[in-house]
Amino acid sequence: MAMNKMKKINISASLKSNLITFGIVIAAYAVMQILVSLHLVSSLMRGLLVPICVYVILAVSLNLTVGILGELSLGHAGFMCVGAFTGAFFSKYILYAVPGMPGALRFFLALLIGALFAGLFGLLIGIPVLRLKGDYLAIVTLAFGEIIKNLINLLYLGIDENGVHISLNSALDLHMEDSDKIIVNGAMGITGTPNDSNFTIGVVLVLFALIIVLNLIHSRDGRAIMAIRDNTIAAESVGINVTKYKLMAFAISASLAGIAGVLYAHNLSTLTALPKNFGYNMSIQILVFVVLGGIGNIRGSIISAVVLTVLPELLRGFVSDSRMLIYAIILIAMMLFNWAPACIAWREKIRYRLNRKKNAKEAE
Amino acid sequence: MALLEAKNLSIYFGGLRAVDDFSISIEKGCLYGLIGPNGAGKTTVFNLLTGVYKPNEGIISLDGKNITGLKTTEINQAGIARTFQNIRLFKKLSVLDNVKVGLHNHHKYSTLAGILRLPSYRKVEKEMDEKAMELLKVFDLDSQAQTLASNLPYGKQRKLEIARALATNPKLLLLDEPAAGMNPNETQELMDTIRFVREKFDMTILLIEHDMKLVSGICEELTVLNFGRILCQGKTIDVLNNPEVIKAYLGE
Repeated sequence: MAMNKMKKINISASLKSNLITFGIVIAAYAVMQILVSLHLVSSLMRGLLVPICVYVILAVSLNLTVGILGELSLGHAGFMCVGAFTGAFFSKYILYAVPGMPGALRFFLALLIGALFAGLFGLLIGIPVLRLKGDYLAIVTLAFGEIIKNLINLLYLGIDENGVHISLNSALDLHMEDSDKIIVNGAMGITGTPNDSNFTIGVVLVLFALIIVLNLIHSRDGRAIMAIRDNTIAAESVGINVTKYKLMAFAISASLAGIAGVLYAHNLSTLTALPKNFGYNMSIQILVFVVLGGIGNIRGSIISAVVLTVLPELLRGFVSDSRMLIYAIILIAMMLFNWAPACIAWREKIRYRLNRKKNAKEAE
Repeated sequence: MALLEAKNLSIYFGGLRAVDDFSISIEKGCLYGLIGPNGAGKTTVFNLLTGVYKPNEGIISLDGKNITGLKTTEINQAGIARTFQNIRLFKKLSVLDNVKVGLHNHHKYSTLAGILRLPSYRKVEKEMDEKAMELLKVFDLDSQAQTLASNLPYGKQRKLEIARALATNPKLLLLDEPAAGMNPNETQELMDTIRFVREKFDMTILLIEHDMKLVSGICEELTVLNFGRILCQGKTIDVLNNPEVIKAYLGE
């Protein structure tokens, strides 16, 4: 009997924690929608709503690699890039080829394709790269991220009646009669992607990413992945297939980044692979979200992604000249507050005092 | 036929013959001890048997099946589980989850079932919880099932490692210095636990140990290693009275 009780507590504890996370996301969404409908949100902020969803998905998915699998990856923006370009390519192609297809279906298929290709890249890159550990792995993933971005900058791709045309030199080398049918135009990227995304879709995708990552963590596979993180040699000794689970975590993480990329691409009319959006700056930005929110802490990733995306824009209103300086200082202060041992001890003390007060009140 | 049969195992690291011409034959149900001075190559033998190292020469077979050169993971699936001299738990997982990782290959559902929380997920997770709690009870760890493994006291961490190894349902259990760092009371308790495990799970056990009281108390047969070579092999009482063994341990 005691055992049954035990087990129930165990499963419902993970479920409860998951539900709180979903609740926070849905509540934040509802509050934003109300504020938007009351015209209390600046147009700049409204423009940030979808990017915030993109960053949250990226942070949650990178936390799967960094926090749950325990491997440092600096190429996450590369997978986002793959998702963005394959998804946008598909949507653009469908615009010509099947003009009648409803936008929702087109976007859904674009998401599938973006996730699939990003996951595939994750797998292909993971096979050689996951043999490395720690710093070495980080550097190699960084290089792979850059390779993906630069390859896409060289890529010219078009489809017409004669089939697919690919070139790595110039648009002229495609030899297409109708230059309107060039979809990927080298460094100029993809223009005219249908704007299929909005805040609601973004939040739905955030919830989707959360369900996948949180349920994975609390499943048999998630346990195996965390066992590898905690002690690879011991995991092998109890019969865990280390390569399989490392690749699984890496590929799922990559395909979720691909979904974030598709969302990102369908929020812009022009998609280009710049260092700013798909370079290693971006990869490191995502890593900052994960580290600030707590490695392995999914809820923390969401909060820090939102705060760090909104913060620079909020600062714009007060100190437009030195806002990035202030941003950096706030970042340092937040890191210290969250993770310096002395601060953790201090927070524990405060919490303990509050609890005591509350208990004392209840006793009265 | 013997459960574990290793013949003429050798491994060299550069010029060093860490283990040289090692043979062992362990009958099913036996409690077998591997002893020897520090640096004699005992843990290297464990690493050979579990596939961490591949032997340069020799053959290992388990239950009549050749397992030489298999990977660690495959050797565990073939039926050898082990513990480590320096404890290797999954520190950030709970005590319960540590054992459930051990059950990984015996209770399965698909990744999709896990992500979508399908009925098979609930059913199998429940089975795993019950099985794991049963094992934890044997080691008196059931009341701490939700504790993080790294928060357990030392002696209990050793026990948890044995529980996790048993969860993989092995034919042969290798214990690498299970009593290291334990006080006499804990060692006594451990001896009882090892005996109990053998009875309850009908287990064959090979253990490395320095504690002579433990070795002479529970092992039926012994192999003594010195400088990577077998010094003496046989019934415990004969081995411990062998003048060569006394010389290796105590000096002349």
